[in-house]
Amino acid sequence: MTNIPHLLTIITFLPLVGAAFIAGIRGEDAHVARNARWVALWTSSAVFLLSLLLWFGFDRTNPGFQFEERAEWIPALNIAYHMGVDGISMPLVLLSTLLTPICVLASWEAIEVRVKEYMIAFLVLETFMVGTFCALDFVAFYVFFEGVLIPMFIIIGVWGGPRRVYSAFKFFLFTLLGSVLLLVAVLTIYDQAGTTDIPTLMSHKFDPHVQIWLWLAFFASFAVKLPMWPVHTWLPDAHVEAPTAGSVILAGVLLKMGGYGFLRFSIPILPDASTTLAPLVFGLSIVAVIYTSLVALAQTDMKKMIAYSSVAHMGFVTAGAFALNRQGVEGAMIQMLSHGIVSSALFLCVGVIYDRLHSREIARYGGLVNNMPRYAFAFMIFMLASVGLPGTSGFIGEFLVMVGVFKASTWVAFLITTGIILSATYMLWLYRRILFGQLEKDDVKAMLDLSPREVAIFVPLILIVLWMGIYPASFTAITGPAVEQMISNYQIAVGPTQPGSIIAPAEAAPAEPPAEPAAPPPAPAAPSGEQ
Amino acid sequence: MASLNVGAALPEIWVALSAMVLLLVGAFVGDRAMRLIGLLSMAVMGVAIVVLLGIDVSNTPQLAFGGHFIVDRFAVFAKVLTLIASIAAVWMSFSYAEREGMARFELPLLMLLATFGMMLMVSANDLISLYVGLELQSLALYVTAAIQRDTVRSAEAGLKYFVLGALSSGILLYGASMVYGFVGTVSFAGLSTALGGAMPPSLGLIVGLVFLCAGLAFRISAVPFHMWTPDVYEGAPTPITAFFSAAPKVAAICLFTRVLVDAFGGITPQWQQIIFAISVASMILGAFAAIGQRNIKRLMAYSAIGNAGYALVGLAAGTQQGVSGLLFYMATYVPMTLGSFAVILAMRQKGRMVEEIADLSGLAKSQPWLAHIFAAILFSMAGIPPLVGFFGKWMVFAAAVNQGMFVLAVIGVVTSVVSAYYYVRIVKVMYFDEAVGSFDRVDGSLKFVLAASLAVVVAGILFINPIQSSAIAAASSLFPG
Repeated sequence: MTNIPHLLTIITFLPLVGAAFIAGIRGEDAHVARNARWVALWTSSAVFLLSLLLWFGFDRTNPGFQFEERAEWIPALNIAYHMGVDGISMPLVLLSTLLTPICVLASWEAIEVRVKEYMIAFLVLETFMVGTFCALDFVAFYVFFEGVLIPMFIIIGVWGGPRRVYSAFKFFLFTLLGSVLLLVAVLTIYDQAGTTDIPTLMSHKFDPHVQIWLWLAFFASFAVKLPMWPVHTWLPDAHVEAPTAGSVILAGVLLKMGGYGFLRFSIPILPDASTTLAPLVFGLSIVAVIYTSLVALAQTDMKKMIAYSSVAHMGFVTAGAFALNRQGVEGAMIQMLSHGIVSSALFLCVGVIYDRLHSREIARYGGLVNNMPRYAFAFMIFMLASVGLPGTSGFIGEFLVMVGVFKASTWVAFLITTGIILSATYMLWLYRRILFGQLEKDDVKAMLDLSPREVAIFVPLILIVLWMGIYPASFTAITGPAVEQMISNYQIAVGPTQPGSIIAPAEAAPAEPPAEPAAPPPAPAAPSGEQ
Repeated sequence: MASLNVGAALPEIWVALSAMVLLLVGAFVGDRAMRLIGLLSMAVMGVAIVVLLGIDVSNTPQLAFGGHFIVDRFAVFAKVLTLIASIAAVWMSFSYAEREGMARFELPLLMLLATFGMMLMVSANDLISLYVGLELQSLALYVTAAIQRDTVRSAEAGLKYFVLGALSSGILLYGASMVYGFVGTVSFAGLSTALGGAMPPSLGLIVGLVFLCAGLAFRISAVPFHMWTPDVYEGAPTPITAFFSAAPKVAAICLFTRVLVDAFGGITPQWQQIIFAISVASMILGAFAAIGQRNIKRLMAYSAIGNAGYALVGLAAGTQQGVSGLLFYMATYVPMTLGSFAVILAMRQKGRMVEEIADLSGLAKSQPWLAHIFAAILFSMAGIPPLVGFFGKWMVFAAAVNQGMFVLAVIGVVTSVVSAYYYVRIVKVMYFDEAVGSFDRVDGSLKFVLAASLAVVVAGILFINPIQSSAIAAASSLFPG
């Protein structure tokens, strides 16, 4: 059952088939809209079910790439269509395939005009997202990575809020500018190594001087996508103006592409430059965590606040990734997955009340706990997960990142920990202002609690948040081997402990990587044991 | 060597003779024969492609007329592309010509003759045949620009094009004469041999080379010889602009490439600087000057300038990879530009042509398919994958990076972001703005061109390899050994 041939290709391109099907629907508007919704839901659900085969068929002992496929594409240039997933990319594929049907459901009633085009855009977007995480050829990766811009631009621009045009352009041009520098880097890599095959490139040794430039070009792209301070300014705008489902995909998946880029490309392919420039990343991460948390505190618009909190949370991801040790990278992975679920869910929570009152002003609400208890419960879970309460997914990610960063630098760990306190401040305050207090306003009083459709959206997300928080071993079992291999390759590549490096020698001596497999169980078990 | 070898020039001879016959038909039947002559011209060019592909150039290039004329894989590639572009342009012109009162039988004939000139340009193997081919093409083009002679705009465009074109031809000729004076030969093979030695080139030769480059840069509307482009693009009747934007560009840039790589290959570093400079200037001007445009034809003119800059990036690299990148770029550029002009030709409200970008408002609602196709073309021109325009940029920038020209590559990608702004702005107008009025029904021929260009833009990703393989093969014939 789990060895369907070309599984990744099917998962990647099945949404396109659905999109083509929707494009063919004719008839009167209401009829077309209804069919488009159903086709989109069926297609994306089928894709999700197929992607579950990845989860179950995944060999958790194999740190390499699995479900690999290779086909000729441009043999004249030695560029191939090469797909495959490992422990780093597989969870992100699942995240994408999970969030797409949820987005379709979330847009069920919120999107009333041009439903057909909307659903097509989402399915095309899904193809690009899944393809980005599956591609094992740099050119194929770039094609998927960049292709995302087209549907997202349309989604923000057509179905967005009042300042949608400005936001869509800002999103498009910011990310494009970052990405074209990545393109030059890919071309350079291709020129030097003669291939764009990612597994081959991981074992190719680039000149350390060239690495710095390549790394900076990668950084330009991934930092914008992630986004890191100071190139994060497109994100609040895009989030605020995008329709709810657009925000969900942005926060849930698109931001992860940046983090994925760091883990897949920057660190394994350019290990020396990653070591040299890790302090830069730490510095920017610290600023991101503290500054954007403070900015979030000052927001009056719910979506904007969550958008800024995303930047802060992604600051943890970069700090963890460039701690360049096992806990840090694994923490970054878990933090990405957790943030993918939690921030998506928070945007959905905003969407729920936005659909009812068409306002994102925090001050417009208050006392919702009285008339929307189910909503208050769902919101609470996600709010606490965002804060990083033990027992939720957010805790695991932040804790592991902290451990990793602490090993690399105490001061960095100290400074980004303040982010946890600040995130508690703004999230709890947000919750208080929206859910608690007096239920005074008449229109707020009239708001109805979650509909069955909305419950269906939130239940799986709540379960995943708790699952990741209570038993993270199911996730670290997948990411662990890949991360471990990545770190041991990295340590071999940069050589034994470098005196000038800020990276303190890990307790597991890099000289004997075989000793490390003993380590995996304690790390994930430790946080769960503390509950 | 000095043999006649008529067989190599068979497609050109066929086109020339057919043009004469069609001219007689036109002279006897008059303007009502325009559509007939047009269709026959298309057929003639189609047959020419078939004849062309029948010429065996797989091993060695075929020389004809004592070495003045060369057919190699490079020439075949360029001619096929040129002919396809011309066929599409002729087809797109019929309905417009009939509606706008320019249904003269000379129109398709002039386009056919211009195409004949382009074929000669591509096959030119010395400076004389280069000039003859170029002038044959240009004279026909000047007339087509002014063919709507009762409108001031068209007449002005034709005149402007003629005066500036004549000036550039003069410059080119002057450069050619200097080259002849300092080297003593006009044949590309002779120049190549003479310049291949270790001797540094004389200053006079360099001056001649600069003049030659200036004259040719005018033809591909590269900065700083681009001034005619926006006015001519805007003023000329739209199908003629469509014609200008595709076939002559291909022919001229291929001619440019052959002259520099083949004849002046020995002094590559000398001309590389020139190409580098005009490439950078074209990319920058094409990106920034287009931002403020309201008229879509003017916008396309600046886009053409920018695209000439991108194509020249491949030439600036000066390598086989660069030339194959350039050919690939042109192969993707032609369907994109023809598709764009097909959309512009479809911009007709209540029988009247409109040209403002604002007229496209809300097209995604009134004519979704037209909007989708145009959006795909525009995203492709902006170089967004998975559309084919991305791969064109990939090929030329790869060649630049290969030669260590990072500055060129970075300027190129950054200007492509700037130009993405104005391409995407049109998408914004079509998708995000409210509709102001819908366009009339789209003609059948336009529909075909639109569908074909959509197919290339979207499905091109699957056919990168065959195009690139033939571009590599074509480029290899300019780099013997």
